Amino acid sequence: MDTGQHSAPAPEPRSDSAAVAARADNQTPGLFGQTPWQTVGPFFHFGLPWDGCADLTGPSQTGGRPDLMPTGYAALRGPERSRAAPPMGERLQLTGYVFDAQGRPVPDVLLEIWQANASGYYRGSGFVGRGSASIDEDFFGFGRAATAEDGSFCFRTIRPGRVHFKAAAGALQSPHIALGVLGRGLLKRLTTRIYFDDEPSNAEDPILGLVPAHRRATLMAQRIDATATGAAGPSTDTRAHYRFDVRLQGERETVFFDY
Amino acid sequence: MNAQLSNAGADFRREDGAQPPSLFPPYASTVERSPREPLLRIPQTPTEQSGPGEWEALFGAQVTDLTCTRGAPALGQRIIVCGQVLDEDRRPVARTLIEMWQANAAGRYAHERDQWDAPLDPNFSGAGRVVTDEQGRYRYTTVRPGAYPWGNHYNAWRPAHIHLSLMGPAFATRLVTQMYFPDDPLIEIDPIANAVPRAYRQRMVAHFDINITQPSYALGYRFDIVLRGRAATPLRAGI
Ligand SMILES: [Fe+3]
Repeated sequence: MDTGQHSAPAPEPRSDSAAVAARADNQTPGLFGQTPWQTVGPFFHFGLPWDGCADLTGPSQTGGRPDLMPTGYAALRGPERSRAAPPMGERLQLTGYVFDAQGRPVPDVLLEIWQANASGYYRGSGFVGRGSASIDEDFFGFGRAATAEDGSFCFRTIRPGRVHFKAAAGALQSPHIALGVLGRGLLKRLTTRIYFDDEPSNAEDPILGLVPAHRRATLMAQRIDATATGAAGPSTDTRAHYRFDVRLQGERETVFFDY
Repeated sequence: MNAQLSNAGADFRREDGAQPPSLFPPYASTVERSPREPLLRIPQTPTEQSGPGEWEALFGAQVTDLTCTRGAPALGQRIIVCGQVLDEDRRPVARTLIEMWQANAAGRYAHERDQWDAPLDPNFSGAGRVVTDEQGRYRYTTVRPGAYPWGNHYNAWRPAHIHLSLMGPAFATRLVTQMYFPDDPLIEIDPIANAVPRAYRQRMVAHFDINITQPSYALGYRFDIVLRGRAATPLRAGI
């Protein structure tokens, strides 16, 4: 299929042959539209995670994989941030594993979370929330975590408040965290949600209501005894611990959304 | 003045036919990492329609010249990549974050898991980030990455590419893609690029532009990036 293309400015497109179609590019009229997704591949660690990106509650160096940087190299530098106080709300530690179809841990996934603050307010561009009085200066609501060699991850955050189902008003959603799953072998992002298994409002959540009952458990972070968290964090930590695993395929496959 | 405001509250358009499937067996590692259950369609709520901003406070400072982050100039063909981030109605996506990462000119990543026999460049780490201006425009300078081999099949080589990550205005508009170069014969035989239907694949190929090229300095490429936009008419979802 090599058509012997050259390096002159791209010619005006003609419509007469596959050879011309093959030399079309980003600027070809008629090709305009959504840019296709492509995998992040296995080497995203020096570009996407930054030091502390998995801790939404304060400065700690979690979320990246400095062990994957060759000697003398480092990942792209993160923000200069010096939080005086942790954000409002109940502090949580969210740990888990990502598994493939064979139940093997996946060591090269990037997880992204997006959540409201403790008052149910989403900070940022496209803002939709419940009143500007509830802005929390210390809480951005976005985080990333690259999985470790054993497929594990750990986010530190706060329990999100309830947000509306539609921007204007009306029904409230149960507290939840949006989760994006990117990685080698994932041509496009998979999206799901993390709910909390001890929230009574789950029973009335409009999104959970769309999930077949027998699969709802895949969206539930399970509250666990802090003494049972192992390597998840310092034992002196007082935050509530939850466990949430992502199963990309197979038995107990996580429910992934399209929206 | 901001066209997006007039559509505030409208749903973001769905993915169109340009998007690859999650399962594409020629890209072997999709086979055991893609769901078998169909995706569950849900309405967009404030969770999906909002997204982070305040990029420098959240992510860190912009890095728009990847050729001189480590002292001496990086080796390789210096290039300028610029373009516009737009939605499907050609409305600019202002003030959004683009992150990029890439192999060096020899096709080697500054990454422990990349161990093939090509040299690291001590003066190139290969990552940057830029925020679009009010017109959605961005620009960065780097070196053209080399092609590199991978283990997907016998004699597999990835075409030269720059990985690009865009946040967009909402969690729903997230996009990660790869920018390819014109005249690269490897694109046609690359399982990752080919996961995108042929009719849309060339959207990922940058356009060489002599007007972006700077005399005695760098070749120039244009690459516009199109995110899901809000539908023209606000949807009043009943559910
Ligand atoms: Fe790559």
